[in-house]
Amino acid sequence: MSAVRGNRAGRMALNAAAYAVTVFLLLPTLIIAPMSVGPERYLRFPPAGFSTRWYTEYFQDEEWVRATLFSLEAGVIAAVCATVVGTMLALALVRGRLPGKGLVELLVIGPVIVPHIALAVAMFLVFEQLRLTGSLLGFAMAHTVLALPFVVFTVLAALYRFDVELERAALSCGAGSFRTFRYVTLPLIAPGLVSAALFAFIISFDEAVVSFFISDLDRKTLPRKMFEDIDYNISPTLAAVATMLTALTIAALLLGYLLKRGLERRARATAAQED
Amino acid sequence: MSQRPPRFLLGGRRYSPAASLLLAAPFLLLVAVVFVLPLATLLHESLFVPGPTMAHYARAFDEPVYLRVMLRTVRIAVFVTVLALLLAWPLAWVMSRSRGLGLALLAAAVLLPLWTSVLVRTYAWMVLLQRNGVVNQLLERAGLIDEPMRLLYTEGAVVLAMAHVLLPFMVLPIYSALKGIPEDYTRAAQMLGASAWATFREVIWPLALPGVTSGCLMVFLLALGFFVTPALVGGPQQMMIATLVSQQVREMLDWPFAGALVGILLGFVLVLTLVFKRAVRLDRFVGSA
Repeated sequence: MSAVRGNRAGRMALNAAAYAVTVFLLLPTLIIAPMSVGPERYLRFPPAGFSTRWYTEYFQDEEWVRATLFSLEAGVIAAVCATVVGTMLALALVRGRLPGKGLVELLVIGPVIVPHIALAVAMFLVFEQLRLTGSLLGFAMAHTVLALPFVVFTVLAALYRFDVELERAALSCGAGSFRTFRYVTLPLIAPGLVSAALFAFIISFDEAVVSFFISDLDRKTLPRKMFEDIDYNISPTLAAVATMLTALTIAALLLGYLLKRGLERRARATAAQED
Repeated sequence: MSQRPPRFLLGGRRYSPAASLLLAAPFLLLVAVVFVLPLATLLHESLFVPGPTMAHYARAFDEPVYLRVMLRTVRIAVFVTVLALLLAWPLAWVMSRSRGLGLALLAAAVLLPLWTSVLVRTYAWMVLLQRNGVVNQLLERAGLIDEPMRLLYTEGAVVLAMAHVLLPFMVLPIYSALKGIPEDYTRAAQMLGASAWATFREVIWPLALPGVTSGCLMVFLLALGFFVTPALVGGPQQMMIATLVSQQVREMLDWPFAGALVGILLGFVLVLTLVFKRAVRLDRFVGSA
């Protein structure tokens, strides 16, 4: 009896600890939201009133808006490029006979293992010589490479989960490699591709270290602009930006989840129909 | 990269080596230009400018200022890893024993920070810890302190903020290892008379070890090279190696020395990765969302 009671006390303590850690994880970020609607010049919790002043300031500041648009542009390009390039590579790894496969796999995890500061400084050195600093092309390439490992792993997981018999059936019915990919493989791995693209976009949009080095005065991403502002003055405009970014992340995660579920459901329905 | 389908299933038609290479070509080209070439150029700078030399590497160890930065980097990374492990364990354990809504809520609490900008989370810590920040405001209002304490730009602040930022990388691998332990195992151990502690030590810990190693390695590696959080929360007083590299490049324009510092960091990271090769499992972070 006492052992059971001891267990229950232990379990309750563990549960309490787990939820305390959850609060620790979420609170620092979420506490910014109420503070961002305070009317005062310096942040206070709880806020002394309600005002959208700092949000207005963000939307009226040309530099903030320009940095945001630039980040969006770079993020979309990087997401598309990383998804296309990563999917091609994943196909080569799973369905192909790739010479030097071990080396290629090493290159895939490279950008994850190598600290971003090392990559950032190295890219800065080379990009300056190639006149790529502060260019959309430079950001797109850098962010594509940073996002690629996540895309490749997501697509690999989708390809491994996939029933290869379906491809074999298409091939034996006379469809070529490309038609098999277009009409059988692609629709079935589509949920994986959607989440891969979404990951890639978030990675690019949030990327701070490489952006810090390859930005220039006129063309900088949102994280670089935030970095500068945090370093020089902790203005409440930043709190507004941080709140909007957190809301955007929540929206993106929800959207990704719903899209993936929808696509999976459709794929299952199609498969059932054809049975 | 696990769980390949049995080879015979693939049978039939696989892409030819030439077609495979064509599919991999854009990747190889990009990685060559944006990954291999820059790192090679930087390391070349550290070893062959002005002539072949190890002087830049020697300097990092000879000058006490730089040696102190490197030691601080390792020390902070160790503290961050330990703190993250202590915080991650209960959360990962409860997650592994939850289902349905409870699991969804806990998972959301881990995934949301993982995908929230590091800058947003670092900024949050600065707002909390600065001189007239939230923590000082609350402590003062509660009458615990008379005047604001200096919290920002201390080593403790750096460790706390970094552990917060890196925590998801510890929780996810431990969770996936714990999830794989059938509840029967712990029940069986307890029915055979094992105490809670003995069950933990003899059953749970050995089975969780791969996840723990993987999480610790991931957090330690990321902490060693971390730039944003230490640069902002630690300031120049708590300089870590990444901030030093940045300073050498942006203020001193000393590329060979910056290259040497990067070389040392890379060497450290590569050795650790090779030693714990099996522990690096990226798929755990991708599959979970």
